[in-house]
Amino acid sequence: MARKLLLGNINVPGIHTFDVYRQHGGYRAVEKALKTMTPDAVVEEVKTSGLRGRGGAGFPTGMKWSFLAKPEGRERYLVCNADESEPGTFKDRYLMTHIPHLLVEGMIVSSFALGAKTSYIYVRGEMMPQIRILERAIAEAKNAGFLGKNILGSGYDLELYVQPGGGAYICGEETALIESLEGKRGNPRIKPPFPAISGVWACPTVVNNVETIAAVVPIINDGGEEYAKVGNGRSTGTKLISASGNLNKPGVYEIELGLPVEEFIYSEEYCGGIANGKRLKAVVAGGSSVPILPANLILKTINGQPRLMSYESLSDGGFQTGSMLGSGGFIAFDEDQCIVRNTWNFARFYHHESCGQCSPCREGTGWMEKVLHNLENGHGKMSDIDLLVDVSKKIEGNTICPLGDAAAWPVASAIRHFRDEFEWHITNSKTAMEQNYGLANYADPLPKLEEVTSQN
Amino acid sequence: MSDKVKVTIDGITVEVEPGTSILNAARQIGGDIVPPAMCYYSKLEGSGGKCRTCLVKVSKGSEKDPRPMPKLVASCRTGVMDGMEVQNITSPEVIEARKGVVEILLINHPLDCPVCDQAGECHLQDLSFEHGVADTRYEFDRRTFEKIDIGDKIQLHMTRCILCYRCVYVADQITDNRVHGILGRGDASEISTYIEKAIENDFSGNVIDVCPVGALTDKTFRFKNRVWFTKPVDAHRDCPKCKGKVTLWYKGEEVLRVTGRKDQFGEVEDFICNTCRFDTKNTSDWVIEGPRHISHTSVISSNHYEMTLLPVIKENPILIEANKIEFDRATKV
Repeated sequence: MARKLLLGNINVPGIHTFDVYRQHGGYRAVEKALKTMTPDAVVEEVKTSGLRGRGGAGFPTGMKWSFLAKPEGRERYLVCNADESEPGTFKDRYLMTHIPHLLVEGMIVSSFALGAKTSYIYVRGEMMPQIRILERAIAEAKNAGFLGKNILGSGYDLELYVQPGGGAYICGEETALIESLEGKRGNPRIKPPFPAISGVWACPTVVNNVETIAAVVPIINDGGEEYAKVGNGRSTGTKLISASGNLNKPGVYEIELGLPVEEFIYSEEYCGGIANGKRLKAVVAGGSSVPILPANLILKTINGQPRLMSYESLSDGGFQTGSMLGSGGFIAFDEDQCIVRNTWNFARFYHHESCGQCSPCREGTGWMEKVLHNLENGHGKMSDIDLLVDVSKKIEGNTICPLGDAAAWPVASAIRHFRDEFEWHITNSKTAMEQNYGLANYADPLPKLEEVTSQN
Repeated sequence: MSDKVKVTIDGITVEVEPGTSILNAARQIGGDIVPPAMCYYSKLEGSGGKCRTCLVKVSKGSEKDPRPMPKLVASCRTGVMDGMEVQNITSPEVIEARKGVVEILLINHPLDCPVCDQAGECHLQDLSFEHGVADTRYEFDRRTFEKIDIGDKIQLHMTRCILCYRCVYVADQITDNRVHGILGRGDASEISTYIEKAIENDFSGNVIDVCPVGALTDKTFRFKNRVWFTKPVDAHRDCPKCKGKVTLWYKGEEVLRVTGRKDQFGEVEDFICNTCRFDTKNTSDWVIEGPRHISHTSVISSNHYEMTLLPVIKENPILIEANKIEFDRATKV
């Protein structure tokens, strides 16, 4: 049984209330940090733990914190990014719904470490229940003296606010989030300057994912070194994975990083295999924006090593044969799913969510969506496939924020790995309207793993 | 010891003040190596970074940190570092990316140049002539909008807009009580005024001058004439609101249009007030200074584009390959 650092008490009845959470060892980290540690010691502890950002990019959190500029007489801010809206990712919502005090506790400790007197939790607008739950949790913590003036007699003051967003995917990008928090239109800023120098109201700011901040609590409770023992290599600790798609047991799982992907999909402890006894066709391993991988490449890397759920192993092979851990949105597709339709769906999402600030993303995402719509609905041409690859290359890397890359990668990778299916949609457009590729052409659509690895 | 920093752009070294952007450093050198800019406007704070036509490759970060930058950067918003080496027209990667940006900017542009007042002084025309391809791969309906009058003298034709945000910065920075901004998002976003309110401000006419395309046009000049048939003349007058330094555009005896004085990068030297722009169109209102200098190769002077290619492209086989379509077109002529 794997260690549960975040969701260990998730099944305790009433854990969302302050009293039950406190009885089960909650707010120990606040007491320990505020009474026995200096802010710098907390930052050092997080550095030792090797915790990496859980929002998608995987940047070491301790390093991010130490980059924060600390000019005299300027406020500093900690902002928690709870604008979780990536298709396939729902871990933060789960955490905030069921164990909100873990986030509040993490916010207090992290704000103390960074010297922030005001901190914000920026929650996506659609998550109205979670906003109420968090506000209630904050009120409870304030009543118990864990927030407000002079917390636990340490002389440290902290106000924590919940800020509902308007419900835009782009506001999950940290500079767009800051703009939105300031009450402006959520357009990403041009970097540099980075938020660590000039963020909310031009003050130094750290923006962290919900799960990153929650993970600070076990790090302070057990110490950074203890945390670093969990996991694999430079991917330390545990990660929440939102498993969805054609799995027997979809849901949010806390895994130790380094768990083999095969075990995660097929073991009874986790997803329990593919639903209805079907076979696995493809996996999007880290939320919709990471490259999609066919079953053979998700279970084993191109070198024949078993692929693990860790930052390094999932990105092994680069964009040719690898993917990314991303935000942990694990979507599995069985043999009956249509990759063209799925790619169109993702492209539609990015078209809808592009902020419209810089031209390649604004116009390119719409173009890709229209071409994919044609392909899916039987109006495609062979030249459209190369056109899509070309447009995705024109977007990738040429935009202000990573949304352009996120829109380009799923399209480019789907064509790279499933080109025959795209071509089949063009050559058999009528059949493609009635049934999907996996059923029509493939008695055994996926080559056995041994064959693929021996060929390479 | 001067505190200026050295930057090399396409092999040409220049010394500039620290904090200068790559684009402005290139403008100090001048000539063919200046990256095109559709959204950057040196007189508007915060502009730039949006259109992505000014992308360049930084092949050496600085003297201290010589690593190249991983991605192409927007030269208008990237500051120079000492010892930085930048490739603009000498990098096939940049030319390819710029071609992509031009194609993407044009997919929703109506290409109604024959009836557009901006034709001849349109930056998008220049850009697509210099960097684009002759045909498009886009085969869907283009985005269209209704024309809107914002104020009695300015018409907004959103269909032509490339969302450079320049007019938003003008409304923000040189007029009070901003009522002008962006609505919607993605490719459905549009420039608009607050509940279609008129812009009533003495300097609102400057949004016409900063617009790189024909999205914001002067209603007193609409469909009056083509730019290349009019003669630009510098003039000034004693204006209580602005400096009163303008360019008059003559057709025969008649002043058809008044604009700010635009430099070689299409940026006005001084913003002018609406009285000068719309209401004083008699020669007797003005003190004439002399003909406005416009490069003889400009469309405004000669009514056509020059078909010569940059010398560096003629010599370098990789660049010839990257510019094959333009090269064929030019050699055919």
